[in-house]
Amino acid sequence: MMRLVATLLVLIGLSAGAGMAETIYPDIPKAVGAPHPEGNAYMRINHMRLMRHDRDLTMREGDRSIKYSIKECVACHAVMGPDALPISVKEEGHFCRACHEYAAVKIDCFQCHNSKPEEGFVDLLKQMPPATDDEIQAYLDGMSQ
Amino acid sequence: MKLPALNNKSERPAELNRREFFKSGAAVASVTLAPGVTLMAFGGEASANADPGKRWGMLIDVNKCSTDCNACVKACSDENGWKLDGHPETDAQWIRKVDLKHKTTGREASLPMMCQHCETPPCVDVCPTGASFKRVDGIVLVDKHICIGCRYCMMACPFKARSFVHEEIEDQKSNAPRGKGTVESCTLCVHRVDAGGIPACVESCSATGHGAMMFGDLNDPNSEIAQALKNYPSMGLRDDLRVNPGVRYTNL
Repeated sequence: MMRLVATLLVLIGLSAGAGMAETIYPDIPKAVGAPHPEGNAYMRINHMRLMRHDRDLTMREGDRSIKYSIKECVACHAVMGPDALPISVKEEGHFCRACHEYAAVKIDCFQCHNSKPEEGFVDLLKQMPPATDDEIQAYLDGMSQ
Repeated sequence: MKLPALNNKSERPAELNRREFFKSGAAVASVTLAPGVTLMAFGGEASANADPGKRWGMLIDVNKCSTDCNACVKACSDENGWKLDGHPETDAQWIRKVDLKHKTTGREASLPMMCQHCETPPCVDVCPTGASFKRVDGIVLVDKHICIGCRYCMMACPFKARSFVHEEIEDQKSNAPRGKGTVESCTLCVHRVDAGGIPACVESCSATGHGAMMFGDLNDPNSEIAQALKNYPSMGLRDDLRVNPGVRYTNL
């Protein structure tokens, strides 16, 4: 009997939790390109570090073969507006805004960078094959060095 | 998580993924050796890093530059997304046409002026944050991530080649991020150069048929620009300052 009550309580708790999730958590738009090999949890915590690291490589050392560029972020994560064109960060529903508003963290990137991809960039990204397991492992090994 | 330090780039594993495949200008050459066996070579004109052995520069033949031609300025504006909005005091100064007249002889000349990409850039000397910097291949840039907008570099530049962004900007070109509160100048179209291309102004100048601008590696004795500099007289602007500009002028 006690076990049944406990199970019921857990079930109620779960459904309440799910209900909460729908209202509280940000509605994160889906990206168009291949998923991040590092996984979403990793990217949520570390995306700014990865971008900062690679921006310095690009700008200071001219390394254009980098993995993390804001140009690609905004292309792969572009959200289309009613006119089927990508929306800017000033509009509700932009990918970056979804979490940043939830976490109340100001984004400085778009003071200089465009929050919309250039024409044709999104279509090109869609054609890219997803990363293989070997590539993912190689990259994670590289990061841990 | 531990991030790799900036200088251990070489320790990162060599890998080829969709992003690298995607990098601009990366040529893919494939050779079919036998049915079903294909040899593929990636890369080509795009080099991995700025090459310290190179020094990018420009040679401008003032005789070939026409007073009524503005193609280089237009091309730069289109490429980098800046506009003149009728406020000469505050407008962007990436590149401008300068008309000169000799007081005694009356000879008139017209030339494009932009960042001269000095070997010893005064703007880099005075920058308090290290935002103004010179790449190993000689291109002088502003790191807008750490520029505080003090405009000391604008004061130091003998060529008035830099300008300050006074107002908020939207819809920047993704290759040329620009924002309010930072200083900007000609980047020698660094995104094109890194992809193996030439600056937009040089390209447009040849397209008009004037061909007054030449771009290339000053350090490579066999390059067209080095040969021209070797065989014909040329000058850097304000040579008295000994900043050794990467942009040189001939027939001035």
